[in-house]
Amino acid sequence: MRRIKKRVLLESQKLLSKVNFLNIGKLTIKEAADALQNKEISVIELTEKFFDRIDNIDDKINAYVSICRKQALADAAEAQALINEGGGGIMTGIPMAVKDNICTETIETTCASKMLGNFKPPYTATAIEKLRNDGAVLLGKANLDEFAMGSSTENSYIKNTRNPWDVNRVPGGSSGGSAAAVASGQALFALGSDTGGSIRQPAAFCGIVGLKPTYGTVSRYGLVAFASSLDQIGPLTKTVEDSAIVLNSISGKDPKDATSIDSGIADYTEGIKRGVKGMKIGIPRQYLSGEIAVGVRNKIEAAIDSYEKMGAVCEETSLDLADYAIAAYYIISSAEASSNLARYDGVKYGFRSSNYKNLLDLYKNTRSEGFGAEVKRRIMLGTYVLSSGYYDAYYKKALQIRTLIKNEFDGLFKKYNCILGPTTPTTAYKIGEKTDNPLEMYLGDVFTVSVNIAGIPAISIPCGNDESGLPVGMQLIGSAFSEKTLFQAAYAYEREHPFAIAPEVQA
Amino acid sequence: MKISFETVEYVAGLARLNLSEKEKEMMVVSMSGILEYMDKLNSLDTEGVKPLEHVEPMSNVFRKDVVAESFDRDSILANAPDKEEGAFRVPKIVE
Amino acid sequence: MNYEVVIGLEIHVELATKSKIFCGCTTKFGGEINTHCCPICTSMPGTLPVMNERVVEFAAKAGLAMNCEIANFSKMDRKNYFYPDLPKAYQISQFDLPICKGGYVDIEIEGKTKRIGITRIHMEEDAGKLLHDQWEKGSLVDYNRCGVPLIEIVSEPDMRSPEEARAYAEKVRLILQYTGVSDCKMQEGSLRADVNLSLRPIGQKKFGTRTEMKNLNSFRAILRAAESEIQRQSRVLDEGGVITQETRRWDDDEGKSYAMRNKEEAHDYRYFPEPDLVPIELTDETINKYRESLPELSHERVKRYIHKLGIPEYDASLITASVKTADFFDDTVNSGADPKTASNWIMGNLMRLMKEVNTEDIPFGGEMLHELIGLIEKGAISNNIAKTVFAEMFRTGKTPLEIVKEKGLEVVSDAGELGQIVDKIISANSKSVEDYLGGKQKAIGFLMGQVMKETKGKANPPMVNKLLRDKLELLK
Repeated sequence: MRRIKKRVLLESQKLLSKVNFLNIGKLTIKEAADALQNKEISVIELTEKFFDRIDNIDDKINAYVSICRKQALADAAEAQALINEGGGGIMTGIPMAVKDNICTETIETTCASKMLGNFKPPYTATAIEKLRNDGAVLLGKANLDEFAMGSSTENSYIKNTRNPWDVNRVPGGSSGGSAAAVASGQALFALGSDTGGSIRQPAAFCGIVGLKPTYGTVSRYGLVAFASSLDQIGPLTKTVEDSAIVLNSISGKDPKDATSIDSGIADYTEGIKRGVKGMKIGIPRQYLSGEIAVGVRNKIEAAIDSYEKMGAVCEETSLDLADYAIAAYYIISSAEASSNLARYDGVKYGFRSSNYKNLLDLYKNTRSEGFGAEVKRRIMLGTYVLSSGYYDAYYKKALQIRTLIKNEFDGLFKKYNCILGPTTPTTAYKIGEKTDNPLEMYLGDVFTVSVNIAGIPAISIPCGNDESGLPVGMQLIGSAFSEKTLFQAAYAYEREHPFAIAPEVQA
Repeated sequence: MKISFETVEYVAGLARLNLSEKEKEMMVVSMSGILEYMDKLNSLDTEGVKPLEHVEPMSNVFRKDVVAESFDRDSILANAPDKEEGAFRVPKIVE
Repeated sequence: MNYEVVIGLEIHVELATKSKIFCGCTTKFGGEINTHCCPICTSMPGTLPVMNERVVEFAAKAGLAMNCEIANFSKMDRKNYFYPDLPKAYQISQFDLPICKGGYVDIEIEGKTKRIGITRIHMEEDAGKLLHDQWEKGSLVDYNRCGVPLIEIVSEPDMRSPEEARAYAEKVRLILQYTGVSDCKMQEGSLRADVNLSLRPIGQKKFGTRTEMKNLNSFRAILRAAESEIQRQSRVLDEGGVITQETRRWDDDEGKSYAMRNKEEAHDYRYFPEPDLVPIELTDETINKYRESLPELSHERVKRYIHKLGIPEYDASLITASVKTADFFDDTVNSGADPKTASNWIMGNLMRLMKEVNTEDIPFGGEMLHELIGLIEKGAISNNIAKTVFAEMFRTGKTPLEIVKEKGLEVVSDAGELGQIVDKIISANSKSVEDYLGGKQKAIGFLMGQVMKETKGKANPPMVNKLLRDKLELLK
């Protein structure tokens, strides 16, 4: 092992001159993999470059909650050895960030909560295990809203993450740290989790690509549960192709997750460049009316024109139930969360209040001191809708509406290959702007939640910037297991608005 | 639906949360607002609609009855806030 | 006032799977605290349950053995409550769609058959164990039992006396043991019952208010707890009081029950469908396959023993009272032993030995008893020696032949050696010799006994008999 490291170091010194030509901020997985395989750069150099960048700019962004320098450099050396032997694949040596609600053995997994402040799981999430088996290098864990509940990462107990496009604005949430890390060039890609838009919304706010895969495509084993029937892990990347590359690595049936599925798709990048000629795209009128910012609407309308120019058939349609999705979503997700978060009771792991005389005190004080305000609100809401006498009126009703929403999507996908609309009604807002009104914050999820309710895939891609220069996100929604179609449609449009590094962090 | 202070207290008890009087009052306001918004679901007729619990139509996902090695006890207890004699410790319980 | 007793039982039984219901940890009883645990059964964040397929099979088989309808579609639900023995703070159980519904069990009570209805049987996970006593400063939590698969068998309120409740519980246990889905070891807590009991004036249709007595882990406790609760409730009612619906804890040492601390929202369990597990669909074909693979149950064996093997009804019912003795009997007979001889050995020696050490396990197979009986029939050992050998087999698990050889218990059949001993006894017991010669045939029995005593029981009795008679004849 030591000998390998020494050899790697020697080679990396030789390569040093070439490295400087690589612009780390704009680098994609695809480009980095080529550079690594062609020995234009070593894995260790690449990893060091990312740590340098983190050291330089993360004070300003606050994307990471922890850094795994030692482990990363060891992994990098191993990846380089593999490349030197002529082995490895496209993920070998690729530096990544992982949302801190995805378990990593021996590395703190905090969920950005006081409750799990020092929690070190004795196991690793399946998705990360797969990535590490493919040679990816974990740089560190990314910030999030506490237990992934929120849309701005302001609910993190640890710190506020800032939007690389304007550090006075939120990066979105709950995967705000993951999105900000990728957008500011502090990781080649990141993993997030999406329960009601938590990958797509921050991807939109930060001007990158975020994918929520079909429910079951990626194992949830090791993802700290928020709402089990809605949660999915997915990639945040700079390009559509990178998104497909990461999905190749993390997807697949996992014997440890009974709800995971073998999609039967071997390569998500296959056919990505086919274009959209003849593709039928539905645009629900509800997605372009109502409370949607002008700057967002203009960009989406422009994107529709582009699609038509590329040969797609765009048609206005209707999603009548879109209006009910948020209410159904907050009932289902809060109910499941109230149960999933009951295990944090100060007995087995994590925080325990020091103020207790008996068991009931221990429970109540631990949970009251350990959880933040938004988490408590969701637990209260979820407990209420499941409690005796209200189950039918709220929870059962929401599940019935879930059936109707799924049926409505199924109907649309008989007519259209995919559905297009904005990812969010506005671009990134100011830090603190919406923290006082939870309902207003919830309404920001209006375009994303129904996708989770129906268990279908959706991708958010950059779609230009609004009048304040903030990124606008466009969402493409497909039927279950139609990720390849979404990649194909997104890839076609990407040329129009390729990834741009935020001006604030250009270095 | 507006909810009462007493309901908030009852639900907090079920959820094992200690809320201050002020927190309870705030919870009455924010939960009522959210629940009133949720009441819009009542305008949809769902008579006879089957509730959708799992989005994928899957059933019978099982594991074989095979014993796997258990974890080392130290790793199971490593994160425990209070432990003794190889066990998790809680305040004395009187049944 | 005279009241009618109404009793319903909820029986929890741990299933005899090798691994836990949702993870691969062993279900083995015992073991150091928290050593049969993993992140899944200790509910660490991000872990997920995956259903053990044998749990479904065993639950369905239990239902079939109790004449239940097996659901083509059932699902798991979460039952939410906080307690340190429940690390997820919810128990994965079944709520509105249990795997089995609507069965019955027939019990024998005062010589008559009574049918007790089964409302439902559902699958769930066991909780961990709290250790209170030894530690001053707190209670300790052990998760070794957490996640061991259980079925809960809920009866109709069909029982009318503590004796019926006991007979029902015993019958359920027997059926489960025969079905092979549980070993129902009471002392290891693998069968526990909750007794729901109410009284009503004789003739009244409406049920009275019931109380629930939790976690009774012996048949005796079921009987005594029910008797005690009948007395308590009648006293309250006789004094004009009302029964509070409550959960009570039975203290078997004191022979008294106590109302458990009432948790204010004890019954608001907020059940909802378990999102981490997909539904269970059993086709009629699978259910039939389970039905066909059901082993022969106790009442079927009683019939076979009487009609095919020709042993008395008394023997048959005694032997089938435990699946262990019944299996042992079948093994013995199948290896070639005479059924009546085998049943005599089981009812006599075997059951006494089992009772002495309070066990249900037999440390050797029926073929060993057959071997032992063979040794007697061959005349290689005497009947009395055989009893000693059997006890030794039970203690050590060694084969009869090994024991006979090791301890030198073979019958002495050497005519020369025996002749010398007979001569010695004849010369030492002149009184008995005279008696015999004087016509008292019985005196030969005493002389036989002396020879056996001298040889520590190892002498071949027919040979001794012949030698004695021959030698005494010579003295005439």
